[in-house]
Amino acid sequence: MLSIKNLHASVEDKEILKGINLDIKAGEVHAIMGPNGSGKSTLAQVLAGNDAFEVTSGSVTMNDEDLLEKATEERARDGVFLAFQYPVEIPGVSNLQFMRTSVNALRHHRGESEMNAAEFMKLAREVSKQVDLDPAFLKRGVNEGFSGGEKKRNEIMQALMLQPKLAILDETDSGLDIDALKVVSDGVNALRAEDRAILMVTHYQRLLDHIVPDFVHVLAEGKIVKSGGPELALELEERGYAWLGIKEDETAASSAN
Amino acid sequence: MTTANKEVNELIKREYEHGFVTDIEVDTFEPGLNEDVITRLSEIKKEPQFMLEWRLKAYRRWLEMEEPDWAHLGYERIDYNDISYYSAPKRKEDMPQSLDEVDPELLRTYERLGIPLHEHAKLAGVAVDAVFDSVSVATTFKEPLAKAGVIFCSISEAVRDYPELVQKYLGTVVPHTDNFFAGLNAAVFSDGTFVYVPKGVRCPMELSTYFRINAANTGQFERTLIIADEGSYVSYLEGCTAPMRDENQLHAAVVELVALDNAEIKYSTVQNWYPGDENGKGGIYNFVTKRAACIGKNSKVSWTQVETGSAVTWKYPSCILRGEGSVGEFYSVALTHNYQQADTGTKMIHLGKNTTSTIISKGISAGKSSNVYRGLVKFGPRAEGARNFTECDSLLIGDQCGAHTFPYIESLNKSAIVEHEATTSKVSDEQMFLCRQRGIDMERAVSMIVNGFCKDVFRELPMEFAVEAGKLLEVSLEGSVG
Repeated sequence: MLSIKNLHASVEDKEILKGINLDIKAGEVHAIMGPNGSGKSTLAQVLAGNDAFEVTSGSVTMNDEDLLEKATEERARDGVFLAFQYPVEIPGVSNLQFMRTSVNALRHHRGESEMNAAEFMKLAREVSKQVDLDPAFLKRGVNEGFSGGEKKRNEIMQALMLQPKLAILDETDSGLDIDALKVVSDGVNALRAEDRAILMVTHYQRLLDHIVPDFVHVLAEGKIVKSGGPELALELEERGYAWLGIKEDETAASSAN
Repeated sequence: MTTANKEVNELIKREYEHGFVTDIEVDTFEPGLNEDVITRLSEIKKEPQFMLEWRLKAYRRWLEMEEPDWAHLGYERIDYNDISYYSAPKRKEDMPQSLDEVDPELLRTYERLGIPLHEHAKLAGVAVDAVFDSVSVATTFKEPLAKAGVIFCSISEAVRDYPELVQKYLGTVVPHTDNFFAGLNAAVFSDGTFVYVPKGVRCPMELSTYFRINAANTGQFERTLIIADEGSYVSYLEGCTAPMRDENQLHAAVVELVALDNAEIKYSTVQNWYPGDENGKGGIYNFVTKRAACIGKNSKVSWTQVETGSAVTWKYPSCILRGEGSVGEFYSVALTHNYQQADTGTKMIHLGKNTTSTIISKGISAGKSSNVYRGLVKFGPRAEGARNFTECDSLLIGDQCGAHTFPYIESLNKSAIVEHEATTSKVSDEQMFLCRQRGIDMERAVSMIVNGFCKDVFRELPMEFAVEAGKLLEVSLEGSVG
């Protein structure tokens, strides 16, 4: 489904991704691990089309179409979803209005009729329960005054609403307590499907206890340095990134404890 | 919200849609201003002698006044002898006129503007006074309103039919000596709306005036007077549009509101005068004095305005809170785009005990425009226990526009309490990326973010206006991203 070949990307002339190669098939769950600054989040942002990053060489195709030539919103309509690490607030725009605009933009793209308010409300209520968000959240501004955990659950809720082809989850586990982690993981597991690929970016192994990936890749200094099965994550947890000869910066090391 | 969202999408690519010109036979004065012009104007309107004298007195005083230049505005000075002071569609008979006698071309004009005046198509629950250039061409629902005792007619009719009410209140809130533009208006005011709601009456429907400028080189000098007698309530809406022309046109209005004991007036404006083109050519110069006198105990006046039009806006809807416990409110959204300039805000003058006021101002600047909030909150020596809350928020789109806030506070009473909050924000790249990542295109995203920013003001608008206002922002912001 997704094929990344020799992808290089930079921000403000600083090269972050230095030749990423990765193939993901429909139905698979891949985890990208690596220390802070290795380029994990950049990869997620580049795939979603953030203009702040410049792709300098390489190619990305999704279902044999060139992904990189498409605008952010076109990628989204084709089924690329990014769950943000730090979801931004949009004051005064209700979650409900935001999600409905989004869902209808995708439906419109697929040639389907728009959902009316009542239909949408019913769906949104059901899905909000799935991620343990009080339906009252729907009326509040997008991420406005949400706690860190609520923001992450809100992101997963949006993924469930939009049913993407490729879901990219950027550090969806960070800042979550054990209960919230369980809720978010259940949500992600509910997303697993034959026709959907999931790419999880994470610093820690603990998320992978709940969402068992098919493949694990280790990213360091903008390149994938090792790939393997779920056991690779466990080994990393035990032996640390130093085992692979990767230097971990201090902030990452201390926050890991 | 369903239909609003849909319509909003369709509207994104539209230009100023009210820019057409109605081809109709008119009587127009030659440009120029002198006592003869004013006398002719008064004669055409069959005004009583007192009105002519009032106008001439104002004119003589105006000649000695100077055009103000303290506002944060730059525009070419107006040559007041280059303007025509009267233009009206020709009619066979003079007033009064029933709808059947109104020129069908005029009815079609208002229909195109979304304001059907015909009996069978009238807006449900909203009575409309349609003002075309210098005259009111039709007023709907007059009879059911009369049954409730409410007088709703053009100011020209009121001068003839209710001279005692007009004489008692006209110019009491905004005297002709108040400022340059108010002085000019007093001398040459053409038409506008008169409303009187008697004691204890809750006006059974929304009242509205739709102002349309059509003729070229003509100024529109609207004059509106609304009186809410003791314990009454009225909600009034004002809308305005004009054709797209390369020349600037002057709109110098005066609006006076009077609220007696326990009366409430809710005054909402959606100002959509032609703003000029993307290079700043043409557009309306909008110099307006709007003021309310809360003279009664516990009276209340609420101004809500959505300003998206005009090349230049100079406008400060204000409240004089004289009655004990009276309440003034000002909710404003002012959006400027391209080369538009707005200098707008409010004055809350607290004179009585325990008077309260609330100011919520949302300024949105895009393109190369300039957007100024200018406000005065004043407490007189007898304003014991008075308080004000002010919130001024600015939102910038792009990096070539400007937003300024000039809040003035004067207090002569130590017990008065003022709270002031101000913020400036930008539509951030992160917000845009989030929206686009969810499949929402850029224009839609900006409009959604801007609408969210304005929510506190929009919810003060009557339902049908809130939808209209949202759509307007959408159209006005077209091309502000990318």
